[in-house]
Amino acid sequence: MSESNLIAEVFRTEWPRLVAVLVRDFGDVELAEDCAQEAFIQASERWGRDIEIPDRPGAWLTTAARRKALDRVRRSASYKTKLEELEVRAKRGPETAPGGELVDEQLALLLGCCHPALNLESQVALTLRLVAGLTTEQIAKAFLVEPATMGKRLTRAKTKVRDANIPFRPVDRSILLDRVAAVRHVIYLVFTEGHASSSEDEFVRGDLCDEAAWLAWLLTTLLPDDAESHGLHALIMLTDARRSTRVDSDGLPILLEHQDRSLWDRDKIRLGLVSLGTSRENGPLGRFGVQALLASFHTVAPSFEATDWTNIVRAYDLLVHLEDSPIVRLNRAIALSFSDGPDVGLAAIEPLRTVLDGYVYLHSARGELFARIDNIPEAIANLERALRCEPSPAERSFLERRLTELGAVDSG
Amino acid sequence: MKYALLIYSSEDAGPQTEQAMMEEMPEWFGYTEELNQAGANLAGEALLPAATATTVQIRNGERITTDGPFAETKEVLGGFYIIEAADLDAAIEWAAKIPAAPYGSIEVRPVMELPEG
Repeated sequence: MSESNLIAEVFRTEWPRLVAVLVRDFGDVELAEDCAQEAFIQASERWGRDIEIPDRPGAWLTTAARRKALDRVRRSASYKTKLEELEVRAKRGPETAPGGELVDEQLALLLGCCHPALNLESQVALTLRLVAGLTTEQIAKAFLVEPATMGKRLTRAKTKVRDANIPFRPVDRSILLDRVAAVRHVIYLVFTEGHASSSEDEFVRGDLCDEAAWLAWLLTTLLPDDAESHGLHALIMLTDARRSTRVDSDGLPILLEHQDRSLWDRDKIRLGLVSLGTSRENGPLGRFGVQALLASFHTVAPSFEATDWTNIVRAYDLLVHLEDSPIVRLNRAIALSFSDGPDVGLAAIEPLRTVLDGYVYLHSARGELFARIDNIPEAIANLERALRCEPSPAERSFLERRLTELGAVDSG
Repeated sequence: MKYALLIYSSEDAGPQTEQAMMEEMPEWFGYTEELNQAGANLAGEALLPAATATTVQIRNGERITTDGPFAETKEVLGGFYIIEAADLDAAIEWAAKIPAAPYGSIEVRPVMELPEG
């Protein structure tokens, strides 16, 4: 492995541990972030050059980062009272050595980043910066905002952490699981942000899916008996397995029934199914777990026609029970149209028409169902209605193409 | 670290009659006592209704005095505590125990620490 690959590899596992241990020892998020970064820069400049690559890279990085942090603390008057205590702590053994997993510290880091006193945007940005180690520029690019905007968002978040004294420390088991729900929510948002985008900067956005997958995996290693965290990891894996087949070369979405199943990522499907199994062993499935279950029926089906729609409808029943919403009911109705027929699906959508009147997919789904029963005028009318719901550019192109296929004269 | 717990509520929420207010008093006494026992109570007062408020501003050197609270909102400041808490989580715990929390909103604000010297 070349030095740069090695450092990339080490970065993945050691970054969150390093930040976590520095936050614990110095109680300052910004200091931890800066010194962790400097330690990595130092490693990339020295390893394999003026010094050999250390046997225990984590320990080397911890020592280097602590030294830098102490230097800064010595120079800053506001730390004077704490200096002695910090020096004692910083002389501790290198806990990032193998065996020192820093579970509590890494969980504390995740919980601090996803603290409910921060707004959701800040939670997402902080998690990607402090836990996943993305740079401000990378996060900005992934969220399609200017680096300066993302920089301000991060600074605002870190200022609130400091001034309001948001704790980055382990919490009691009694409130841990409650707080972890916020962490899962943030990870899921990172994933949907990467997954739902099918436009412009596909590569970078796809990266966001990888970050989410890694964060979810990290969470399962920190909380190995938490069913819903495994459920989230399973959901991300099973959904992401279809990534490369979801859009065509023009960037238009490809419906599940037309996706090339031979291109689905078998490794991700396998990992997703394993996580789904682990989730079920650790308790009842939560909302992410049930969605993973839904995705699993699709990923294991040899073809769209051979999909187990009956069980998918039953899984949707579970989801309605856990998280009732018109959109979940709409998806259930669509599944029902494949198990019981388009008429049954249309009837199930009927009660949702008012509440989802402004929703693109309500109208496009009805359009497709009418097309299946050969009611072409109704199909066209509904797809045209969908076009008036401010679809995204990709959705618009897609709807226009469907209208042309159905022989609509003018979709404008 | 010091935090202000600012207690906002709509004046038509919570106890409306004198009898109901009297009945709520022991809850407030109990809460304040809990703060005292924990050594966390630095200050705290209940305020008379917003109808008694007067707002003062100096604009272009001129004093403007108006009737009523600064912001004409449904939820008004009804009282506050200044507490000592280790961190925001501890302050949030105290905020959640305030008797008005079930019908009002408690804003938790760190108190500005002026540099010594």
